[in-house]
Amino acid sequence: MKIRKNVAQSDSGFIFNPSNGDSYSVNETGKLIINLLQQEKDDEDIIKQITDEYRIDRDSVEKDLYDFKNMLDAYKLTE
Amino acid sequence: MEKKQYERPLIKPLNNGLMNKFGTRTEYTAITNIDGKNVKELLKEFGSPLFVMSERKIRDNIRSAKRVFETRYPKVQFAWSYKTNYLNAVCKVFHQEGSWAEVVSRFEYEKAVNNGVPTNKIIFNGPDKTDDDLVLSIKNDSLIHIDHLDELYRLIELSGEMHKKPRVAIRVNMDTGIYPMWDRFGFNYENGQAWDAINKIIASDKLNLVGLHCHIGTYMLAASAYGIAAAKLAELAISIKKRYNQNISYIDMGGGFASKNTLKGATHLGVDSVPEISEFAEAISSSLLNAGFDNAELPYLYLETGRALVDDAGFLLGTVISNKRLSDGRRATILDFGVNILFTSFWYDHKISPAQEFSFNTEDCVLYGPLCMNIDVIRENVSLPPLNNGDNVVVHYVGAYNITQSMQFITLRPSVVMIDLKGDAHVIREKESVSDVEKNERIIDHLEKFKL
Ligand SMILES: Cc1ncc(COP(=O)(O)O)c(C=O)c1O
Repeated sequence: MKIRKNVAQSDSGFIFNPSNGDSYSVNETGKLIINLLQQEKDDEDIIKQITDEYRIDRDSVEKDLYDFKNMLDAYKLTE
Repeated sequence: MEKKQYERPLIKPLNNGLMNKFGTRTEYTAITNIDGKNVKELLKEFGSPLFVMSERKIRDNIRSAKRVFETRYPKVQFAWSYKTNYLNAVCKVFHQEGSWAEVVSRFEYEKAVNNGVPTNKIIFNGPDKTDDDLVLSIKNDSLIHIDHLDELYRLIELSGEMHKKPRVAIRVNMDTGIYPMWDRFGFNYENGQAWDAINKIIASDKLNLVGLHCHIGTYMLAASAYGIAAAKLAELAISIKKRYNQNISYIDMGGGFASKNTLKGATHLGVDSVPEISEFAEAISSSLLNAGFDNAELPYLYLETGRALVDDAGFLLGTVISNKRLSDGRRATILDFGVNILFTSFWYDHKISPAQEFSFNTEDCVLYGPLCMNIDVIRENVSLPPLNNGDNVVVHYVGAYNITQSMQFITLRPSVVMIDLKGDAHVIREKESVSDVEKNERIIDHLEKFKL
């Protein structure tokens, strides 16, 4: 799964999709995941990075990542 | 390097123009303590879910309500409405604060007697009093509030047989400009039923008509309606004086003052829009003071206020079981308490707070209970910080009508604790066990055995 090329993310966690004009806000972990997806990291890399940085177990991150990616899909931010 | 606190990833569309119903206000201030007791420790000690009653809040509420009325009207008596919360510990706090008891069934009557309320300080309301109940109330000199003509005739017969003249009031219903009008209880004012009943009572010479009662509705948002109701009851009392030279010793305005909860479909939060008790007090006392009573003959004002005195003294603590994504993309959080113990979630959008600190991020979600039923919805739409499994929540304003309307549907009912004035928690009702529920069940012999 890839984030659409023209989708822009600001440092403050503001997402803009120029193809339909929609905008979104994300929290810190959401921002990190979008960054990593834009760098075309795979799920394992993302999970590792999050569990390294945050106090959380792997299973919870995997579940949340899966759900978050579904939301990115639903908001048409992926291609 | 110390790892950071994790928060589930969130993405939220920034809707142009579309505000949520309650503006931008969210409910993410964490509630970690209740009256100085740590929420998580309470849950650890007494289990989840858990009802918590604050003794301090109850006392503050009744004291301040008394002050508000007594500074406006010279003769005030509160009677605690048992149906609102009948746990003995709660009732006894009210009785210690000087409240009498208001009951609507034999069950509640017996609770009040067992709690030590003098029987002549029990007000017996409601349409369902059996002969046995009436005989007991006559013997005990309780205040019997007559709901309908059949009860009136029966009471005249019974008191004749017993050669005792019970103290009675009639319940009056009336148009106060409020819809719906509660006209199924009592005698109507406008069509003359109430006046007829009064004449009948006095003509019978078997009953001692001491009071006039009304309860115009519940969760009332218009203080003016109470002003109208008090004026109508006062007018009846003055007519009785004129016609029979008999004084009515009290006017009972029932209950119904709104609590701080937010009704479903309301456009404003209850905390911001509900009238203060002082507004109800002002409306009632100015009606009574201006009605034309002789100063020496001012009737007592009785109040059966329920929810407004206890709702905000009750909290429900619970735990997140799971998070889900619904097919339409909405986030659903499943909690370990359902509508079986939070009956008022059918009427209210309850205020719910997380019990642990969070960032400022929130997401819209639906909150479900654990019952395997579609009706088990705690909040249809609420903005909360992302909750993880095992996180805790605090539901506010649940002290009225939840414990008394809860049921063992699918699961058992949890413990109730009261936090006393020193900040110590005491169990005031143990959580139920299977044997509690099965105690009254009986098995027929031929059903005893089976083989599978
Ligand atoms: C006769 C009577 N009195 C008092 C009450 C208490 O009402 P509330 O809890 O709304 O104050 C009720 C509740 O329905 C009632 O029916």
